[in-house]
Amino acid sequence: MALPGARARAWGWTAAARAAQRRRRMEGAGGSPSPEPGGPRAALYVHWPYCEKRCSYCNFNKYIPQGLEEAAMQKCLVTEAQTLLRLSGVQRVESVFFGGGTPSLASPHTVAAVLDAVAQTAHLPADSEVTLEANPTSAPASRLAEFGAAGVNRLSIGLQSLDDTELRLLGRTHSASDALRTLAEARCLFPGRVSVDLMLGLPAQQVGPWLGQLQELLHHCDDHLSLYQLSLERGTTLFAQVQQGALPAPDPELAAEMYERGRAVLREAGFRQYEVSNFARNGALSTHNWTYWQCGQYLGIGPGAHGRFMPQGAGGHTREARIQTLEPDNWMKEVMRFGHGTRKRVPLGRLELLEEVLALGLRTDVGITHQHWEQFEPQLTLWDMFGANKEVQELLERGLLQLDHRGLRCSWKGLAVLDSLLLTLLPQLQEAWQQRAPSPVPGG
Amino acid sequence: MLTFVGRGWGCARALAPRATGASILVVPGSRPALTFGAARESWATDRLYSAADLKEKLDMSRFPVENIRNFSIIAHVDHGKSTLADRLLELTGTIDKTKNNKQVLDKLQVERERGITVKAQTASLFHNYEGKQYLLNLIDTPGHVDFSYEVSRSLSACQGVLLVVDANEGIQAQTVANFFLAFEAQLSVIPVINKIDLKNADPERVENQIEKVFDIPSDECIKISAKLGTNVESVLQAVIERIPPPKVHRKNPLRALVFDSTFDHYRGVVANVALFDGVVSKGDKIVSAHTQKTYEVNEVGVLNPNEQPTHKLYAGQVGYLIAGMKDVTEAQIGDTLHLHKQPVEPLPGFKSAKPMVFAGIYPVDQSEYNNLKSAIEKLTLNDSSVTIHRDSSLALGAGWRLGFLGLLHMEVFNQRLEQEYNASVILTTPTVPYKAVLSSSKLIKEYREKEITIINPAQFPDKSKVTEYLEPVVLGTIITPDEYTGKIMMLCQARRAVQKNMMFIDQNRVMLKYLFPLNEIVVDFYDSLKSLSSGYARDKAHSIGKAMCERLKDCLPRQLFEIAIQASIGSKIIARETVKAYRKNVLAKCYGGDITRKMKLLKKQAEGKKKLRKIGNIEVPKDTFIKVLKTQSSK
Repeated sequence: MALPGARARAWGWTAAARAAQRRRRMEGAGGSPSPEPGGPRAALYVHWPYCEKRCSYCNFNKYIPQGLEEAAMQKCLVTEAQTLLRLSGVQRVESVFFGGGTPSLASPHTVAAVLDAVAQTAHLPADSEVTLEANPTSAPASRLAEFGAAGVNRLSIGLQSLDDTELRLLGRTHSASDALRTLAEARCLFPGRVSVDLMLGLPAQQVGPWLGQLQELLHHCDDHLSLYQLSLERGTTLFAQVQQGALPAPDPELAAEMYERGRAVLREAGFRQYEVSNFARNGALSTHNWTYWQCGQYLGIGPGAHGRFMPQGAGGHTREARIQTLEPDNWMKEVMRFGHGTRKRVPLGRLELLEEVLALGLRTDVGITHQHWEQFEPQLTLWDMFGANKEVQELLERGLLQLDHRGLRCSWKGLAVLDSLLLTLLPQLQEAWQQRAPSPVPGG
Repeated sequence: MLTFVGRGWGCARALAPRATGASILVVPGSRPALTFGAARESWATDRLYSAADLKEKLDMSRFPVENIRNFSIIAHVDHGKSTLADRLLELTGTIDKTKNNKQVLDKLQVERERGITVKAQTASLFHNYEGKQYLLNLIDTPGHVDFSYEVSRSLSACQGVLLVVDANEGIQAQTVANFFLAFEAQLSVIPVINKIDLKNADPERVENQIEKVFDIPSDECIKISAKLGTNVESVLQAVIERIPPPKVHRKNPLRALVFDSTFDHYRGVVANVALFDGVVSKGDKIVSAHTQKTYEVNEVGVLNPNEQPTHKLYAGQVGYLIAGMKDVTEAQIGDTLHLHKQPVEPLPGFKSAKPMVFAGIYPVDQSEYNNLKSAIEKLTLNDSSVTIHRDSSLALGAGWRLGFLGLLHMEVFNQRLEQEYNASVILTTPTVPYKAVLSSSKLIKEYREKEITIINPAQFPDKSKVTEYLEPVVLGTIITPDEYTGKIMMLCQARRAVQKNMMFIDQNRVMLKYLFPLNEIVVDFYDSLKSLSSGYARDKAHSIGKAMCERLKDCLPRQLFEIAIQASIGSKIIARETVKAYRKNVLAKCYGGDITRKMKLLKKQAEGKKKLRKIGNIEVPKDTFIKVLKTQSSK
């Protein structure tokens, strides 16, 4: 995983040079190189599927553990990490992200064991970003310190709200003061490397009070913040409550207003909105997540984890989208039998990969640079793809999109409506792709 | 009241009319309801009647010409035409008095609902007066001047009319139109002032109006209450005494006027005929003067009001005739029938009905195309005045462009499609035909004539290739309380109308006559006019406009920019809705585990977007038009 701010570079640079790049990371914007598709580097996602309690809004793959045998879980995570690293031929792991579920409920030993396995199977540079998602109540300072000792160097705290009523509505187990205390402790342990999540657009939530929360959070937070608009997901308690009329449906107009005002407040406070929902100052971007948006390779281990990589270790030449078995018990059985619990492998065609490059790249502030695009599509430039299209032209004229010497990216205004922009861009990409000449081998 | 009695063509810009006696009749302020027609009745063929003595085949020879009277009742809507007809039928024993004959004679659902006669019906009444047996033929006319050509044909089978006027309301616009139709046909006009039993009845005022407007001495008016039966006897007496018998000759070769026709699935066309000369009987070979086709007569008879076969029909009599005609276009209204090898001078005034209002008609669902096609075909079997051209629209798919005699005709047709054939259709905004005098020789060659008629706006030739455009014009009559005169004159001017006449018909009522371009009044003139006096149409337009805007708002997906939806009358905006722009439309979280789902969703949405039609900058789902128009037409 290369970092924003580094220069585009061919494969084969030295570890020292890259470490130097990393130290200078985030200085200045733009010109972010991307990992070569299929290059033997990857990010690693580790899914911890357990929670103390179900949150009312969450539809992730998570379980309330009953007689969890953590030792077995740990062993399986280690095994799967080793198997997939070998399969992928990945030689360097650039970042590790423990997500969930509530990975802060896992034992620090488990985290350490996975990191050790990674470091033994591939190279895990000492300064690789290792993030752990932490829930305020499950993470007392002592435990956070243990995670630090296990190799975690970045925390993402699911704070969600500074209003206790809202926290109850969300089914969170913590209070606002719990959250602020955890945040303070985390900042002592991981200075400059703590992120907090704040939700917006909750039922009955008003713009003014929400902005108050954001202002208060600015007094306490570190250099990274994520703003997430609540999306009501089928199958959650919140969804049912809104359906039944027990709660008012979230007002999308208000949510849009909060987002708009929140972005502006954070910009004032010196944060760079480097992605739709992510804000960082002092260069504290999440390099792990950046890999996703730059279409870098990533391995996913643990129940239901997703990965996208080329199985070079097994002689593969096509990137695959992979999903691990969802239910922890089944997943564990499979890992014990086959070494991994991959349930689904879908090869990604060149066009599909380009679609992802487009859809994900535009989520970032730098968008898709010409260099970045060239790594995935050496023949057709962004100009070729989009320069002549009338509808794209209209988006450019409306000031929603920018296409210039740097590349293609959303404007401030356009970023908020990216999904609508993509409905124009994706079909255009498909069309240009189909009309490209000379046509390579069908299906290639 | 807005009605067309005749049409002409005028220069589209300079309004140089070649108009005949057309008439628009408008009466704001007098009555808030928007009414189209005058008649409420038509005689149903399946009603009970008490003509027990007519079971045997009638010998019509026992009615000599001098004992025959052919007449119509003409009236403004709701002035009591149907009730008077009921009473006349009862008095003469044609229908049973003990039956409740109040508004029971309408045959079609649409006629009952709208209070109009779509298909003219005829009844022969047998009446004994001063020791003589009279044959009184009551020839009903279609109730609205959309059907004015048919009205005039019906009238041409008569020698006199009963002009019914409400004692409360006085002369209304359609009274005027009907009077002049009868007057032009040189018929005896018997004014009948009805509803004298009402509390506010003012028969004297109405008498004065009749004298002033129609120049008929007030003592000739018969004052009745058809509802109570008061003085109805004297109406029959006047019919016999004041209306002359037809001037016809039984000895001459057959000359019969077709004044209406209906289609019977088992027997083919049933033609309603009035005999001007000669005799016709079963087995005769007859010829249509218009088509020159020959038929053999299978059945003749009188309408009583059911079909009552007779041996023969004689000159001066009115009845029906079945002769193996397969299609109503073979029995066109106004056509003359004569005996084979005995050609006669056709009766004057025959012309094919010319559609003056055109509209696209489309199935709501294209899979319904064939069903609708068959429904339209069946319906036009009974209404030869509707013209059909295939048409197609990007938004609405395959359909037809139909020509109608007028707006009401169009609405009635649509309503009959829905009621009788259960067809669900979309009607587009009506347009009028234009004529273009071509200057381009290439185009003249192509069209094979210099003057072409354009019925579809899409086919309008470019003005560089045209010497002049002609548009249909109509003469309109407006009767209004005088306080609205100024406003109405301004409205008429705004509609490019030219004033032809203006007179006070009494102390506070004014009659205005204007020549209007048909296109200016075909869509919303009624509403505009009503709004001047009662505010009714304005409110109605507002509510319709608002409802349309709201529907459109619900149908249109949000877009990247704000969409203003406005309803307007002319340049005046009466309703507005806004489809707000998307402010935020981006998935908040998109990490490793979200990508597959996200891409799938985006592609699905992109596919959905391909199904949208782009109109200007706005993406519109294909069914939007159908949703919006459909709801409108069902209103």
